[in-house]
Amino acid sequence: MRALSRALPVAPALVLLILFLAGPIAYCAYIAFTDLQLTGQAESSFTGFDNFRTAFRDEAFLNAVWLTLVFTVLSSLVGQNTLGLALASLMQRASKPVRTVVGGIVITAWVLPEVVAGFLLYAFFRREGTLNAVLDWLHLPSQNWLFTLPILAVSFANVWRGTAFSMLVYSAALNEIPKEITEAAEVDGAGGWRRMWHITLPMIRRSIGTNLMLNTLQTLSVFGLIWVMTRGGPGNRSQTLPLFMYEQAFQKSMIGYGTAVALLLLVVGSLFSLVYMRLLRTEV
Amino acid sequence: MAARRTLNSRRDTRRHAADAGLLFVAAAFVLPLAWVVLSALDPRAGLKVKLPDGVTLDNFDAVLKPEITFTPLLNSLILCGSATLLTVVCAALAAYPLSRFRSRLNRPFLLTILFATSLPITAIMVPVYALFVQVNLIDTMRGTIFFFTASQLPFAIWLMKNFMDGVPKELEEAAWTDGASSFQSLLRIVLPLMGPGVAVVTVFAFVMMWGNFFVPFMLLLTPDQMPASVSINDFFGNRGTVVYGQLAAFSIIYSTPVILLYVLVARRLGGGFALGGAVKG
Repeated sequence: MRALSRALPVAPALVLLILFLAGPIAYCAYIAFTDLQLTGQAESSFTGFDNFRTAFRDEAFLNAVWLTLVFTVLSSLVGQNTLGLALASLMQRASKPVRTVVGGIVITAWVLPEVVAGFLLYAFFRREGTLNAVLDWLHLPSQNWLFTLPILAVSFANVWRGTAFSMLVYSAALNEIPKEITEAAEVDGAGGWRRMWHITLPMIRRSIGTNLMLNTLQTLSVFGLIWVMTRGGPGNRSQTLPLFMYEQAFQKSMIGYGTAVALLLLVVGSLFSLVYMRLLRTEV
Repeated sequence: MAARRTLNSRRDTRRHAADAGLLFVAAAFVLPLAWVVLSALDPRAGLKVKLPDGVTLDNFDAVLKPEITFTPLLNSLILCGSATLLTVVCAALAAYPLSRFRSRLNRPFLLTILFATSLPITAIMVPVYALFVQVNLIDTMRGTIFFFTASQLPFAIWLMKNFMDGVPKELEEAAWTDGASSFQSLLRIVLPLMGPGVAVVTVFAFVMMWGNFFVPFMLLLTPDQMPASVSINDFFGNRGTVVYGQLAAFSIIYSTPVILLYVLVARRLGGGFALGGAVKG
């Protein structure tokens, strides 16, 4: 009885979570195995693994998997992570005004709504946009970035938007390294790169792990940014899995197939999430 | 002495190098931001960053109309405000027993919550749409509010519980001996003591939802229910050629609330406030 009354406050949250989160996930796992469509067909029927078999034979799906991989590796693993670490460690040595200004700019890019960020970078990469103006000014060849290298453009956009997160995580981690250790190494004559490689990186490896995991998960589910910049195009050359899922489910009205793709995305996300929990090894 | 001096001068050189490196990156980061600010003031804005041909507020005048700005912003406010309120209330209630009482169910529940915080919610939007069509929640504000709340709850509960753990239990025990119920002690003692924590959860949930595009894009259909994150799309398409100056002006109006909220909370709690609960575990 007492246990029940103590558990009561959890009820509202639990009801919402079950109805609007666990429910849809379970429903997702169900309709991924049906041929549910938006129009034309009144009843849907159970089709087993058909959707998944279709997916792995579908070139457009494989293209989306490949592009998701490129997008994630370029923007999250390489871009946000490395740039975030570089910014954080430069900030350790920079003068205060520079630190404040740079931090402010990078964080503003992060706080902006994703659609606004999408427009800003759309303007930046367009043929008549800022990037080409800068390249012209430097006498470098310009090109229509959103047409020639759409996946690269959206990856850069994601780096622009997401780096602040890594920067904050690494700044916090670097601040926790005792000064004496780096100073001792410095007096012993270890150069910047060696200190980074042998002292700093091993000491912040937990932060690196969690940061990579969270970046990857966030990047896997990016939709608005790419939608605004390219709609997945031209053709399907920047169509990552979330955009592919949307196209199949709505533009082609194949909810079942679109959901199968969603389920795969969810499974990949869950695996990352489990690794993340392992890394945290949290004492709940 | 000499060794110290070389160390110091080396440090100076290094500081200048770090400053230069940071300013270079910042220059690259600032270009898209400069575009939105300069174009909003430019009577003939294009896609390129350039100094305006004369400063004007015409772009703001042009978008400050009910159908372009006020209705979508009001929709955003209703949507995100209600969902934030619901999130904070449910998270505070749920966090309380998790933080205060020992139970065998705490650990599995918290692990499930932690697991759910990092699921890609984007992935379930298609089944959520299909489900909402069947239960007649599609194109309703309340359906969207409930889904928004559910999607923020795992992280909000997690964060709230971590902040609540920081409030010592002794303070409540006194109140309990005086006959206060746990609900009263949550309301009168725990929540006021973790004010900054509640502020963080509130601001974080609100900012996340204010900027979210995919959820209302999928779940709302009627144009006059659309929040700003979706209505901003109307600048393309429907109205023929895009007036970039107006798009920029609208972007600024739409982004200002979240930037202000961030500054407000970040000032008070220092840099990576939102990450405290998430990354340290």
